[in-house]
Amino acid sequence: MAKHGNGNSEYLEKIPDVKFTKLFINGEFVDSISGKTFETVDPRTGEVITLVAEGDKEDVDLAVKAARKAFDHGTWPRMSGFERGRIMNKFADLIEQNLEQLAALDTIDGGKLFSLGKEVDIPSASSMLRYYAGAADKIHGETLKMSMELQGYTLLEPVGVVGLIIPWNFPSLLFFIKAAPALAAGCTMVIKPAEQRPVSALFYAHLAKQAGIPDGVLNVINGFGPTAGAAISSHMDIDKVSFTGSTEVGRLIMQAAATSNLKQVSLELGGKSPLIVFDDADVNKAVELALLAVLYNKGEICCAGSRVYVQEGIYEEFEKKIAEKAKSWVVGDPFDPHVQQGPQVDKEQFEKILYYIEQGKKEGGTILTGGKALDKKGYYIEPTIFTDVKEEMTVVSDEIFGPVMSLMKFKTVEEAIERANNTKYGLAAGIVTEDLNIANRVSRSIRAGTIWINCYFALDRGCPFGGYKMSGFGKDKGMQALYKFLQVKAVVTPIYNSPWL
Amino acid sequence: MAMTVQRSAILPIPRSHFLFVIRIRECNETSEKLSKIPKINFTKLFINGDFVEAVSIWDREMGSECNETSEKLSKIPKINFTKLFINGDFVEAVSGKTFDTIDPRTGEVIARIAEGDKEDIDLAVKAARHAFDHGKWPRMSGFERGRIMMKFADLIDEHVDELAGLDAIDAGKLFIPLKMGEIPAVADLFRYFAGAADKIHGETLKMSRELQGYTLLEPIGVAGLIIPWNFPSTMFSLKVAPALAAGCTMVVKPAEQTPLSALYYAHLAKLAGIPDGVLNVVTGFGHTAGAAISSHMDIDKVSFTGSTEVGRLIMQAAATSNLKHISLELGGKSPFIIFDDADVNTAVDLALNAVFYNKAKNNPTGEICVAGSRVFVQEGIYDEFVKQAVKRTKAWIVGDPFDSHVHQGPQVDKKQFERILYYIEQGKKEGATLLTGGNTCGEKGYYIEPTIFADVKDDMVIAKEEIFGPVMSLMKFKTVDEVIERANNTIYGLACGIVTNDLNLSNRVSRSIRAGVIWINCYFAFDRDCPYGGYKMSGFGRDNGLHALHKYLQVKSVVTPIYNSPWL
Repeated sequence: MAKHGNGNSEYLEKIPDVKFTKLFINGEFVDSISGKTFETVDPRTGEVITLVAEGDKEDVDLAVKAARKAFDHGTWPRMSGFERGRIMNKFADLIEQNLEQLAALDTIDGGKLFSLGKEVDIPSASSMLRYYAGAADKIHGETLKMSMELQGYTLLEPVGVVGLIIPWNFPSLLFFIKAAPALAAGCTMVIKPAEQRPVSALFYAHLAKQAGIPDGVLNVINGFGPTAGAAISSHMDIDKVSFTGSTEVGRLIMQAAATSNLKQVSLELGGKSPLIVFDDADVNKAVELALLAVLYNKGEICCAGSRVYVQEGIYEEFEKKIAEKAKSWVVGDPFDPHVQQGPQVDKEQFEKILYYIEQGKKEGGTILTGGKALDKKGYYIEPTIFTDVKEEMTVVSDEIFGPVMSLMKFKTVEEAIERANNTKYGLAAGIVTEDLNIANRVSRSIRAGTIWINCYFALDRGCPFGGYKMSGFGKDKGMQALYKFLQVKAVVTPIYNSPWL
Repeated sequence: MAMTVQRSAILPIPRSHFLFVIRIRECNETSEKLSKIPKINFTKLFINGDFVEAVSIWDREMGSECNETSEKLSKIPKINFTKLFINGDFVEAVSGKTFDTIDPRTGEVIARIAEGDKEDIDLAVKAARHAFDHGKWPRMSGFERGRIMMKFADLIDEHVDELAGLDAIDAGKLFIPLKMGEIPAVADLFRYFAGAADKIHGETLKMSRELQGYTLLEPIGVAGLIIPWNFPSTMFSLKVAPALAAGCTMVVKPAEQTPLSALYYAHLAKLAGIPDGVLNVVTGFGHTAGAAISSHMDIDKVSFTGSTEVGRLIMQAAATSNLKHISLELGGKSPFIIFDDADVNTAVDLALNAVFYNKAKNNPTGEICVAGSRVFVQEGIYDEFVKQAVKRTKAWIVGDPFDSHVHQGPQVDKKQFERILYYIEQGKKEGATLLTGGNTCGEKGYYIEPTIFADVKDDMVIAKEEIFGPVMSLMKFKTVDEVIERANNTIYGLACGIVTNDLNLSNRVSRSIRAGVIWINCYFAFDRDCPYGGYKMSGFGRDNGLHALHKYLQVKSVVTPIYNSPWL
């Protein structure tokens, strides 16, 4: 197998045309009011791919106006859920017809592995649409059993205009994790993709229009957090913001909601998720799982399993095997099908990860493997494993969002539970054991929103995903995500001469 | 008539303060209205361990006045609990500070209450954290929690007089409705959630691959519950009961205006067997104790009912501290829409109740977030409606809440009293027509006449802002489309009343109004099982019903691979 491989230049040629670079407002691609644009960069080379229209407050205002009109007077929330579902299925068909192009856009725009994009990310995006398409006509309120002679029922109604702020790590998947349930609920929306990954969202907007989603229902404003993102969070006519991203920005969004119109907020934020490997585990399988947990998507994933706790009985063997495996990991051009890990998304992220690696060394952590950037152009970093680390060190306590693992040894189940919970985050946890009692006990004891037993990243459309503690609140995926975009209305009338209550 | 009553040992109230009479004011216009008021005979009351003869009701003469009798004031229950309740004990504030709680009938001090601040909140959170992280409350079965909550409810029923008395003197609420309605409802709400505590079900999931998935609903942890003053007992139960059922532990901060009953409930909770540290009550002020809760790093959730302004502060504090979950039940300016086909008499009754309630009836004064303060009447019956509403309002009796004849008691405090008067002045200045009321009532105490403005425009301050007092804005409309648009023309979305017997009309309007509760041919039809909470700037999150329970739970997904399953 190749060592820290590196990208072959021939793959650089696979750059698709970037057709859509403007803002998408009320069914049209338009320039930003200011006429400003910003560059989007290929992380393989650091070179500019294209210029993208830079939306700001005025553009968000226009988009909200269109979305407001589409919600208050348009057909989308007024047609049947079944009809919305049909249009969403059509939208999903169009995505599948444009699979290669969409996967390529995410690759040049963010260094995502092309093969992974084509086989996983983009098909998952269209499946997400289909999942919620099938839910759009199954939005049920309840009839109530009141304590007096009253007839009561609840209606689940769309929350209104929603702002969806998307991170850069899974541009396609997260676009639909937010947009699909919002569409199914009958909401209209303004979507702000990450400034690092602006291009695929515009392509989706184009396909949405082709599928028959009415003008104004789905608007895409590219731009920056402090300008376009802030305008969404503080907008007086947006009823709900759903955000996935950093804890710092989550705070700003919640504050802006508080000081503007008290819009509802759901936040899917950072994590520092533990993966706990017990003595009875198959070491080879556990090593594979642990590497996957921290290296998948270059570690640029909020639920990365970046704190690995291994029980003392198998620790030595685990450490030896994981070091070997990490060293043979192939880092390189994401278009190359042999490559296991592409470049980090941008310079800022690249430098942040290197900073944390330095911190880890300073604080006394031992580098088992990796620990530096690849000696080539682009933002490539070696898979890095620290040992001799403790919970209070920054490499263990902070979210790094890169291929950096903290490996720790534990003795007892109690100790593992306590140390695993010793974090401000609570997004996910992995457990490796075949022992049912341990699995039950630990899965109940860990304060986290998702527990993966003998698997990791077992994300599923039907399975709610979201944090405990400072990892945020509100769930993505499953019916829980649909309810996020609905609100409960209770309707009550007196009843006369009812045979029973 | 004299009556022996044990008074607070802490703060004896001078006898002279019982002699308080509101000057005669022509609040009641016609005698014929008055005669329609049923005479209510008290039975004996159980106060402070003694059955006492209730104050007799003097017969109201024709042309009787808005006024008060001094004797009724003597029904002040003994105030046993004035300290903070932390970790199962009543303790002084760390600072040793206290604040006065005032009887709104007289403006006099009832008792001195320990004033909790950040340090006290820290202690309470520490106790709650310990009770959650290591205590048995979240670890016992839901069934057992339910049993203890049932016991708690029984104790509330047994102490209904004391609790009703505390809220009456503390908040100016009518004693009889408290005793007959609100306090028993509090006990029942605990029973409702007690029965739900062992029915907290996650789901098994149908995954798209060979995965076995299920969800657990787990208690969110330590909850901070910040309670308003308008329904001290109801609000306490709306927040505390579902949080207890979920297995949470909590720090409750009652409103500084109405701290007494919450401390009494804490005492009963301990008697019922709720473990120390599970339910803590810290009395104090919003900007100190309330702020300490909202920004606390070890509180996982804050549930708040109160003003939109304070709701903002709480949400900001949550954002800048530990990103705790919040739910907010905030202000409202709810529309009440009466269509041409309505029976005018019934509609007038409903409309008056909708705005003058809370210190009218159960808690009369319009001090309720869902008050139906914007009344839209269709043009065909508008004139008749105005005539009857004015007539009826003038017959409304304002006075001591302990008097069973009284429709409307005093506003809760001086600040609120002055705020309402300010809005009345604004209404006049902006050109609305004052149909009736508009003045204070009596020389002492915070009494305000029920007030109706006509010719109110949607953009006037009195039609836009929440007044939280007995002030109705009356407006005329022509078409259904018009009224839907105007009713929705508000930043709020808490509730809406509709009066019509036309099924199509009621369906259309109930779907069209952007509000969390729609009452058709009724108003204030609250029910334990019926979710309650706002759209738009009236907040988010629901009280009542199983939605309230889910507010204190969070979803955990657990996933394992499955091998050789016969089907997915």
